Amino acid sequence: MYSEKVMEHFRNPRNVGEILDADGIGEVGNAKCGDIMKMYLKVNDGIIEDVKFKTFGCGSAIASSSMATELIKGKSIEEAMGLTNKAVAEALDGLPPIKMHCSVLAEQAIKAALLDYSKKHNVHIDGLEDFDFEEDGHENVDDEDI
Amino acid sequence: MSKYIYMDNSATTPVKKKVLDEMIPYFTENFGNPSSIYSLGSNSKVAVEKAREQVARALGADKNEIYFTAGGSESDNWALKGIASKHKNKGNHIITTKIEHHAVLHTCEYLHKNGFEITYLNVDKDGLIDLKELESAITDKTILISIMFANNEIGTIQPIKEIGEIAKSKNIIFHTDAVQAIGNVRIDVKELNIDLLSLSAHKFYGPKGMGALYIRKGLQIDPLIAGGGQERNKRAGTENVPGIVGLGKAIELAYENLEEHNEKLIKLRERLINGIQENIKYTRINGHRTKRLPGNVNVCFEFIEGESLLLSLDIEGIAGSSGSACTSGSLDPSHVLLAIGLPHEIAHGSLRLSLGDFNTEEEVDYVIAKLVKIVDRLRNMSPLYDKIKEAK
Repeated sequence: MYSEKVMEHFRNPRNVGEILDADGIGEVGNAKCGDIMKMYLKVNDGIIEDVKFKTFGCGSAIASSSMATELIKGKSIEEAMGLTNKAVAEALDGLPPIKMHCSVLAEQAIKAALLDYSKKHNVHIDGLEDFDFEEDGHENVDDEDI
Repeated sequence: MSKYIYMDNSATTPVKKKVLDEMIPYFTENFGNPSSIYSLGSNSKVAVEKAREQVARALGADKNEIYFTAGGSESDNWALKGIASKHKNKGNHIITTKIEHHAVLHTCEYLHKNGFEITYLNVDKDGLIDLKELESAITDKTILISIMFANNEIGTIQPIKEIGEIAKSKNIIFHTDAVQAIGNVRIDVKELNIDLLSLSAHKFYGPKGMGALYIRKGLQIDPLIAGGGQERNKRAGTENVPGIVGLGKAIELAYENLEEHNEKLIKLRERLINGIQENIKYTRINGHRTKRLPGNVNVCFEFIEGESLLLSLDIEGIAGSSGSACTSGSLDPSHVLLAIGLPHEIAHGSLRLSLGDFNTEEEVDYVIAKLVKIVDRLRNMSPLYDKIKEAK
């Protein structure tokens, strides 16, 4: 049911762990739904120098977190803000329709961590004004994806 | 250990060699239609009737009380819909439980849409129904009680004899879905006052797509499938002769070796449960500790999710199943785990390992060792586990 890429990231997830002196931490999802993602960012000069994650969830949730961290590591905040769930899913060679919400969670976890960073460091980030990271991602999947 | 370790025997079992050997000739040289009068046809008829006898003997039934179907789901559908339509003038109330298989639950939903009232009995933390709740749910409109013999997920075995006595004393028809119990529990339908019983061959080393419904003599029921006059006008369609032969042989073998099978499986089950509990923290065993299927192990590992557990086991060559939402294809975890009172987040981390005749002690030990590593790896990735460590 999963692509080789998903299984590869599930077997060997990149950037698992925590950053003790993180500049921004974001957590999305909830245990009731069976998936939680927590992202840690280290930001220097507008560049995401390091990123780590911890995830409670299914195989695609772990693979989506891993892929999302790879896609933003070393990138600018603007580039990280531009990461969409579809890009995460595409980088994994696709996700089953019912698992698309895992990629939504990964996108939101990054935004939640950036929001935390912007608050803590008093930095404005375009596009975070209306961001609501309380959602668990299930509602954000288009019907056409299911 | 290089071979695949199969611990999902509640999902299905392989066909045993002795069963397959009996089936093979009925695909090829003995292919006649049992309804045909020439000898090729009557040979098939004889084979079908022999299998009917084998099933009847295993259940303590008369051979004319056994009807062949295409599996457990058809048997459940037939029992519920056939009784509901035949007895609707007597009442429109059916009692079942919250932990039935979907073949019963979804049939009940269908009947509800068609004017029937359904009571879903609660179960306690071990998965057992309360007989007093059953008694008080009965009304003068109740026509049918349908309660599973043993649960497919958590293995709990219901007090079937007591339920049968209550049903009989109130003159209510009693159906039991015994799909998981057959081949694991000795069953005498007369002693247990069972009116209808569903079974499925592939759960006890017979072929898939093959089942039977026991219907007590004299009980009125409408057919589910209309057509020719097969199965004494109750179930139309040319008989699946090789499947029927396989079902007959499989049930005969299962009951010949029942005590040996149970003793072996209970030993493996206890070794697996003890091994998990001794080596992995934050676990809970689901289902009744003793009133359970001999091969059923159902355990929740806190802070991790079931699908990632199954994928990790599969990578190690181990097959199991889970009641997590991600494996059920919905957003909610198993209805059975929720009915025994588990919170969603715990139910997501469930694992069912169901042992069978081909499992060994070495396999059990291998699985325990792998589970220790897998659970540890997934917990170290889980933010929920961090919270527990911080709290300590």
